[in-house]
Amino acid sequence: MEAQVKVHPLVVRIAHWLNVVAVLIMITSGWQIYNASPLFDFSFPDEITLGGWLAGALQWHFAAMWLFAVNGIVYVVYGILSGHFRRKLLPLSPLAVLRDVGAAFRGRLAHDDLTVYNAAQRAAYLALILLLMLLVLTGLVLWKPVQFYWYGQFMGDYEGARFLHFFAMAGVFLIVVVHVAMVALVPRTFPSMITGRVKA
Amino acid sequence: MKRMGESFEKFRSAEVKRMERRLFLKQGLSLGALAMLTGCAISDDEGVQNLLTRISGWNDDAQGWLFNPNRLAPEFPESRVTRPFPFNAYYSEAEVIDVDGGKYKLELGGMIKERKPWTLPELYALPQVTQITRHICVEGWSAIGKWTGVRFSDFLQRVGADTTAKYVGFQCSDNYSTSIDMATALHPQTQLTFKFADQILPPKYGFPMKLRMPTKLGFKNPKHIASIFVTNQYPGGYWEDKGYNWFSGS
Repeated sequence: MEAQVKVHPLVVRIAHWLNVVAVLIMITSGWQIYNASPLFDFSFPDEITLGGWLAGALQWHFAAMWLFAVNGIVYVVYGILSGHFRRKLLPLSPLAVLRDVGAAFRGRLAHDDLTVYNAAQRAAYLALILLLMLLVLTGLVLWKPVQFYWYGQFMGDYEGARFLHFFAMAGVFLIVVVHVAMVALVPRTFPSMITGRVKA
Repeated sequence: MKRMGESFEKFRSAEVKRMERRLFLKQGLSLGALAMLTGCAISDDEGVQNLLTRISGWNDDAQGWLFNPNRLAPEFPESRVTRPFPFNAYYSEAEVIDVDGGKYKLELGGMIKERKPWTLPELYALPQVTQITRHICVEGWSAIGKWTGVRFSDFLQRVGADTTAKYVGFQCSDNYSTSIDMATALHPQTQLTFKFADQILPPKYGFPMKLRMPTKLGFKNPKHIASIFVTNQYPGGYWEDKGYNWFSGS
């Protein structure tokens, strides 16, 4: 039998897939909500949005937000308390990130040891976590601009939060696209997010 | 024995791997299917719609719990007022109704002691306050406006409304309707509004009066109010009955 090593704890795997469902619903319903009053000179094609119309999209958005937030809290609390974040995402030096991103573009980024994230991965995953947190914070200001004005005023109140919410979504979307592309390039990383194990 | 065990192990792991691969494929497909489904298809499913409606009802309770009756919406200087202030209704601006102010009487109903109708001069004689606050539309846009009128909690007290009731409902001359929770009705910035930007409300902004609430989304602010009633029976509303969240508070 091949020796296997554990790379992803069960909590992380469950949180990852619940997050996939939650973020997919949040982004596609969010696009429909955006279309009701676009910030920029474009709209999202209806075929890739969720909810059918504004009221439907809002129902999806405000239902999935609970899954997204509760799952996110469990994941972050686990990540901090268990040392998972510290072990997997730190240390992180800007120089190493530049080096690894450069290597990735030249097709020379090594993935021999899947138990250790390279600097580009660390930066992307950390940025993703922070962007998702920003989506929660800006989302709360959009949902309850009066109740959360005490901190909403520091991000440009309701209108500022609208733009930040949009840009954070765009950042998440970009990272997810790159992430999925990288998984397609290194397919053996995919089963590990389900079984939690890779060949040693 | 040992050999057999080993080959079984090998066989098992190959079989398990195949199963796992199938599982990945299936999961990948169902995720893809979810992504590919248009909002209509999945949202039209009755079970899904019932679940979403139930969660929306639960969100009403969550928002009621989050709502601080003493927290005020930010107010702005006059220079921040949006001009021209956008028109919005369930019909176009050309279809705005013209209410005859001379004949107008505000009707009161439900759990209210003094239900005599009010004429406009009687209403205008009440003490008035002004606010410059942000109006936020459920569509996402917002605009700052200046509104003047009677503090709604003062009015409810004056007519002897039962403020322990759950809801205040509004019927409008343009066949619009909506309803709000009592906590928001009694909020200090909830205003029975007669003026916009120091002028008597023009028809497009809701003549002869609207209810202005900076703690609720725009569609919760009824215009052309014809009658007000206090009740414990959930009254719903025009957009609420179509699926928009009832509480919709800020």
